[in-house]
Amino acid sequence: MSQSAGISLELADAGRAGATEILAEQEKLLRRRRWLLLSPALVAIGVFGIFPLFIIVIYSFLTPGEYAGVNWTFSTDAYVQFLFERDIFDEATLIFNSDYLEIYLRSFLLAVYSTVAALIFGFPAAYFMATRPPETRNLWVFLFTLPFWTNLLIRTYSMLIIIRDEGIVNMVLLWLGVIDRPLVILYTDFAVALGLLYSYLPFMVLPIYASLEKVDFRLVEAGYDLYASRFRVLRRIIVPLAKPGIVAGCILVFIPALGAFITPMLLGGGKNLMIGNLISLQFGGSRNWPFGSAAALILMAFVMIALMFYVRTTTRERRHLHG
Amino acid sequence: MATERSAVEARDVTKIFGHGPDAVRALDNVSIRIRENEFFTLLGPSGCGKTTLLRLIAGLELPTEGEILLEGERVGHLPPNRRLVNTVFQSYALFPHMTVRQNIAFGLEMRGVDRATIGPTVAEMLQLVQLSGYENRRPSQLSGGQQQRVALARALANHPKVLLLDEPLSALDLKLRQGMREELKNLQQKTGITFVFVTHDQEEALTMSDRIAVMDRGQIQQLGDPHEIYEQPVNRFVADFIGDTNFIRARVSSLSNGQARCRSGSGLEFDCSAIGSARAGGEVTLALRPEKIRLGKAERSAGAGKVVHATYVGTDTNYVVELGDASQLDVRVQNALDGHARFRVGDLVAIDVPAGAARMLVD
Repeated sequence: MSQSAGISLELADAGRAGATEILAEQEKLLRRRRWLLLSPALVAIGVFGIFPLFIIVIYSFLTPGEYAGVNWTFSTDAYVQFLFERDIFDEATLIFNSDYLEIYLRSFLLAVYSTVAALIFGFPAAYFMATRPPETRNLWVFLFTLPFWTNLLIRTYSMLIIIRDEGIVNMVLLWLGVIDRPLVILYTDFAVALGLLYSYLPFMVLPIYASLEKVDFRLVEAGYDLYASRFRVLRRIIVPLAKPGIVAGCILVFIPALGAFITPMLLGGGKNLMIGNLISLQFGGSRNWPFGSAAALILMAFVMIALMFYVRTTTRERRHLHG
Repeated sequence: MATERSAVEARDVTKIFGHGPDAVRALDNVSIRIRENEFFTLLGPSGCGKTTLLRLIAGLELPTEGEILLEGERVGHLPPNRRLVNTVFQSYALFPHMTVRQNIAFGLEMRGVDRATIGPTVAEMLQLVQLSGYENRRPSQLSGGQQQRVALARALANHPKVLLLDEPLSALDLKLRQGMREELKNLQQKTGITFVFVTHDQEEALTMSDRIAVMDRGQIQQLGDPHEIYEQPVNRFVADFIGDTNFIRARVSSLSNGQARCRSGSGLEFDCSAIGSARAGGEVTLALRPEKIRLGKAERSAGAGKVVHATYVGTDTNYVVELGDASQLDVRVQNALDGHARFRVGDLVAIDVPAGAARMLVD
């Protein structure tokens, strides 16, 4: 009796071991499949993202070659050059030079202006589209994105034609007698901000539209019912609920605007450089690839710090709410 | 003009949605007076206009014609945020980005009540709906019943003159719903606030209301207390919508002092009060509740029938009795005493309709 019980126990043990083995095998298979599914994305990120970035990091620590390219000698000159100028007579003396910092600051401000403007213009547009009847919403989205199917260069040129001294804006204003001399709009920072706003507006509108579309507008009625004015309904209910879209839109406009290159070149007239122009110049005319690489990395560092700061504040806010 | 002040009054209100051929007449010349401190229910099937009337009172819609008065004052020009009326929405419409406390405090904040008052009011409301301790939860962390209570607390925190409730119990499961009915009734009595309650559930309406307005196709079909609505339905719609009813075509055989004796095609006799349009010899429709009919041991006489279906439902047994002219009658017999008057399919039964049990309807 006890013997047979012992045998059956043994058998059960063997069975259990077999089961765990099979489970482990399955687990392994699953893990392999997971990696297989991930691999296209990983390869793309590796080949087109991380590897070039790696090259840029290396180049930024080399010295410029005579005819473009790099010489394989280690140097931190590219980073030093960002803040200092070497004395012409004494290579060892460094003189503080804020030119490049100013370019970064100007780019930063222009990107902020165009992001804020995109938010001011984009939010009502997104709100309008999201509050249309569902069957017409897609039509509005289509109409809104239609101009952006055109090449960016062509759209920027058309902007140039509109705002130049003899452009439509000035012609109309002169004809109406509002002004008696053409306004100088083209080749100013304003023109650049305007161009950036126009170029990146859809990146603001579409994410906000996507989050507004999900908002339950019965909440708006509840807000009115609870004595909130229109403005307070907007501020206390609609904006907080659309916040993910607003944040995504701001990031999507701010980052490309910061590194924009075509718009400031055409509409800024190349007078006031932006980061994008500075970098392109280093790889082109100036033939200083290490400095161009360093400038790009510094820009990246700024953006990352800004994003980390943002993430830190929002998570703290959330933790605060839950605590 | 009447001297008694109504909490809510609708005067000749018509509401039309849309234009041209697609126009829908949601409310058709509705007039109604809701008294102060009353639990008033708008009852009707979906699409009858009950929710539209509620939204007109809240100010979320404007009437096409007619006017809405709150405490005797015309409020047609006031947007919802300027009316001292609050709504408990069917979907609760709690703000998902705010905590329970913030939700309840919202209306008070918007009205500019100072912080020192808001805190205690919120605590008081949470106690009222038995949710103390849930202040910092988000709506998504609450069950349906709890969300319902928060929605109630959020509306009641403002001490409105009138509380509008748009099918607030329809999203709850049966047990919770039954519990909430009593709670709502208690809340109404405790706070003394006028409740205007919209529902399509007749049981809800009958158990909670002081008065009920039964609505259909944009019009009020009948207005009265639950007893009147159930016992004395004025027309076929009301009799059909509230509870179960047998409709019987009958001929008026005699008429005196407002009392009529009618005889149906199957030979059953009914004594009931006559309506104005009834004429001796004319055809009328009678409504007869299944539970008012008595069944007895069969003798082969006029007015007997045969049981064709018997359904045991615990407290009652529902019978379908076929009459001489092949028409059928639903009968409900309470299973009060064990073994008492149980009939089987195929049994012959005698049918006794007490005087006044049938009700003559306006066609």
